[in-house]
Amino acid sequence: MNETVMLTILTIVTAATPLVYAAIGELVVERSGVLNLGVEGMMLGGAVCSFATAHYTGSAALGIAAGLLAGVLLALIFAFLTLSLQASQVATGLALTIFGIGLSALIGQPLVGIAFSGLPSLHIPWLSDLPLIGRLLFSHDVLVYGSFLLVGLVAWCLNRTRAGLVLRSVGDSHHAAHALGIHVVRVRYLATLFGGACAGLGGAYLSMVYTPMWVENMSAGRGWIALALVVFAVWQPGRLLLGAYLFGGISILQLHGQALGINVPSQLMSMLPYVTTILVLVLISRDRGRIRRNAPASIGQAFHPTT
Amino acid sequence: MYRETVLKCVLRVLGFTLLTATALTAQAADPVKVGFVYVGPVGDHGWTYRHDIGRQAIETRFGDQVETTYVESVPEGADAERVIRKLASSGNDLIFTTSFGYMNPTLKVARDFPDVKFEHATGYKRADNLSTYASRFYEGRAVIGTMAGMMTKTNTIGYIGSFPIPEVVRGINAFTIAMRKVNPDAEVKVVWVNSWYDPGKEADAAKALIDQGADIITQHTDSPAPLQVAEERGVYGFGQASDMSAFAPKAQLTSIIDNWDPYYVARTQALIDGTWESTDTWEGIASGMVTFPEYSVDVPDDVKAAADVVREGIIDGSLHPFQGPIVNQAGEEVLAEGSVFDDKTLLGMNFYVQGVQGDLPK
Amino acid sequence: MIALQRRADPSRLMGYLAPLLALGITLLAGLVLFAVLGVPVAAAFYAFFIEPVSTLYGLAELGVKAAPLIIIGVALSIGFRAQVWNIGAEGQLILGAITGAAVALVFYENDGWYVLPLMILASVLGGMAWAGIPALLKTRFNVNEILTSLMLTYVAALLLSWLVSGPMRDPDGFNFPESRLFHDAALLPRILQGTRLHAGTLVALGIVLAGWVLLSRTLLGFALKVNGAAPRAGAYAAFSQTRLIWIAMLMGGGCAGLAGLFEVAGPIGQLLPSISPGYGFTAIIVAFLGRLHPLGVLFAGLVMALTYLGGETAQITLNLPLAVTGVFQGLLLFFLLATDVLINYRVVFK
Repeated sequence: MNETVMLTILTIVTAATPLVYAAIGELVVERSGVLNLGVEGMMLGGAVCSFATAHYTGSAALGIAAGLLAGVLLALIFAFLTLSLQASQVATGLALTIFGIGLSALIGQPLVGIAFSGLPSLHIPWLSDLPLIGRLLFSHDVLVYGSFLLVGLVAWCLNRTRAGLVLRSVGDSHHAAHALGIHVVRVRYLATLFGGACAGLGGAYLSMVYTPMWVENMSAGRGWIALALVVFAVWQPGRLLLGAYLFGGISILQLHGQALGINVPSQLMSMLPYVTTILVLVLISRDRGRIRRNAPASIGQAFHPTT
Repeated sequence: MYRETVLKCVLRVLGFTLLTATALTAQAADPVKVGFVYVGPVGDHGWTYRHDIGRQAIETRFGDQVETTYVESVPEGADAERVIRKLASSGNDLIFTTSFGYMNPTLKVARDFPDVKFEHATGYKRADNLSTYASRFYEGRAVIGTMAGMMTKTNTIGYIGSFPIPEVVRGINAFTIAMRKVNPDAEVKVVWVNSWYDPGKEADAAKALIDQGADIITQHTDSPAPLQVAEERGVYGFGQASDMSAFAPKAQLTSIIDNWDPYYVARTQALIDGTWESTDTWEGIASGMVTFPEYSVDVPDDVKAAADVVREGIIDGSLHPFQGPIVNQAGEEVLAEGSVFDDKTLLGMNFYVQGVQGDLPK
Repeated sequence: MIALQRRADPSRLMGYLAPLLALGITLLAGLVLFAVLGVPVAAAFYAFFIEPVSTLYGLAELGVKAAPLIIIGVALSIGFRAQVWNIGAEGQLILGAITGAAVALVFYENDGWYVLPLMILASVLGGMAWAGIPALLKTRFNVNEILTSLMLTYVAALLLSWLVSGPMRDPDGFNFPESRLFHDAALLPRILQGTRLHAGTLVALGIVLAGWVLLSRTLLGFALKVNGAAPRAGAYAAFSQTRLIWIAMLMGGGCAGLAGLFEVAGPIGQLLPSISPGYGFTAIIVAFLGRLHPLGVLFAGLVMALTYLGGETAQITLNLPLAVTGVFQGLLLFFLLATDVLINYRVVFK
């Protein structure tokens, strides 16, 4: 029984990790006052580029780097259009998704049907061999540890460093930040590119660990879930981790429920992750003050120094 | 035996060709245009991918005599009719619409284009210029069910379903009946992912089933993800639609391959010959529409032999995957000994046989 | 160095020139894209932009494809002006299709004149009810509507899947997941012989007009705009913010539901497991592409619909894979969005 529980937890970790990457990036983007709805497109870009690179070079590390870079490049298009040319963020993000789906399919054409061994799990001497704890804590792949590290780092940066303060001030009131001499557009560029890098890593996780292969549209809507999770998290890194694991956890548990033969139509079981997320958010959203403190006030609004 | 089937097909096609060689040369100047409507992207490595392989087989076979066209990822809503109509009005002589959801749009367009021939996959509505065709994949399921029943040690098989529709339910039942024949204690656990195509979810479902004791996984979804999981966890599984051994060299015992090539080639040939007629084709292993790659090295000889017996029995007609007595989950006999289900019952199957756990979602 | 300088007033001229400029850049980018891929350039452009609308049938199809985008786009643009982020129109569309179809199936044996009006009413109410959930949660519990409306889209899609493979399944359809074909009384009248152009496209035009009147001629429109520009100031304008959120969400949901009904009672004629290729999401782009103005949405909806039709034609006539059309569509959208900068800004060389 212990074995089953542990394996289930490992499955949940795999399901949650791509969400954590994509969502933590978007969280930083949104904290800077930018709403990029193109996460799905950037994830697919990251997935196909990391898979292609890993396949052609044989190096998983290069693959991960390529996924990150692909996310950055796609985010750069978004940043240029919305930050330099003042295009609508919502529409540009959606256009980026259409573009990313098409581009990834185009790049991935020769990669369909190719197998890849995937990213190996780490084996730490002694620690990984501990009973139970060893497999639970010390034998994941490097990207899983990276996701926790990243969330911690973002939390620390946002709340404890000057850079975080600058980012938050830009997101809360770009005019005030501008008056203080902060280069609003530059900060937002950096945040957006960071978001792209994270989404690219989330995509890399899909094509290199979760299901090591390339098939078109393989993210299957996870970019959208990541967007919802940022809102769920009330723009707080810690809560984002909670949200991603809650969503991933319910997704897996409903499958277990089905396998156990629970007599509920499977479509209703499949609704559970979405419904639960809404319900939990309702429970935690009643503290109005807290949300107001964290929600970036100038989200989605264009900024130009001459306004 | 697999080779034999292919050989038969090739011979049949060759025969056609020889008979009609003169007719061909007369018409060679004007290529026959064949159009395809796909529900997914050709890069899905599953359902659509296999249909596209079939399209390529037409091109390879007929060369300059044909021109093929496809439209991929056509949603099964308002768009389907327009795409089919466009293919018909842009000079295609034969149009294959390859998903159930295209049934009514195909019928509508077929009425307006009496000179164009249409072929709809997996549906049941026909017209003078509209054929239907489908594959008896459940025959393949009977073969792999036999293998699973003999090879499982935990007596638990995990079955990943897409949507609870008759086609999928039929496969689950054929699998379970065959499995129970060789191993009356084995049970099938079913998990529905409510998607044809979500590698992540399919992988998660495979993991959940393995975690609950399944030591063999089979699937009615499109991606190789469940097999990859099986490979990683050291259990066995069966490929779907294609030979997926590249993704799971150890785990894949065999695979049920959708082989549309002979059908597509034969129908194109019939059109060229002027012998095309509206038909209802529902073929399986015997005609080569369902094929298998080589068994993996891990399959013991007695299992291979048993699987071959089922294959040959289905081919020569001595064995039917739905042969009475068949008992449903409640223990009631739904089919008496000595009879088999007719095609109509098979087409609309919506109950589980004994040996499947859980209730069928309705 | 090139810099942008804000104009005192938005340029009207640029409002018309910008899309043309975008088209010009798209042609250039397309030239490069198609040349790189080895596709005959002129033929590709012809397939994308001309061929689809070169026949009466093609023009009618443009209307069929654009109608749901325009109906939803107009309603969403009004909500977006009020800073209400309903991005779950897709789910509301599905609910409208379900409730509308339910009426059609209940009155299956009946061919009275009232069937269609009842279906329309049911679909609007269905869409509103689905949009009402995020509105309620937003106004009562302060729950962000982006998350709730998006999550409810997935729930709606699963609900539809369950209904068509269970309670609403065609009893004579071998248990396949689809409803009966609707009776003639439950189908939208066609307005052009030999095409699929249905009465819903006229309604779409009516909604454009209504949206325009609402925004420019009514106090409510004014309040919505003010709320978007400055929520606190909006409180002075006779409508509380809570009421505005409700109005914006219900308007979006009602229109999305209506669009859903027009799909099932128009070109489709039955309930299927998938009835919309993402109209609810595409309509968001359409709303912004149309600069949140009803007339702009009308044109944006037509352009967007044309790119979809063009993508199909390019696949048929040039064997261009769908991936290429996705890239091309993305580029076109990028340029259309980018050139809008010229309306509010002047390019200066320093």
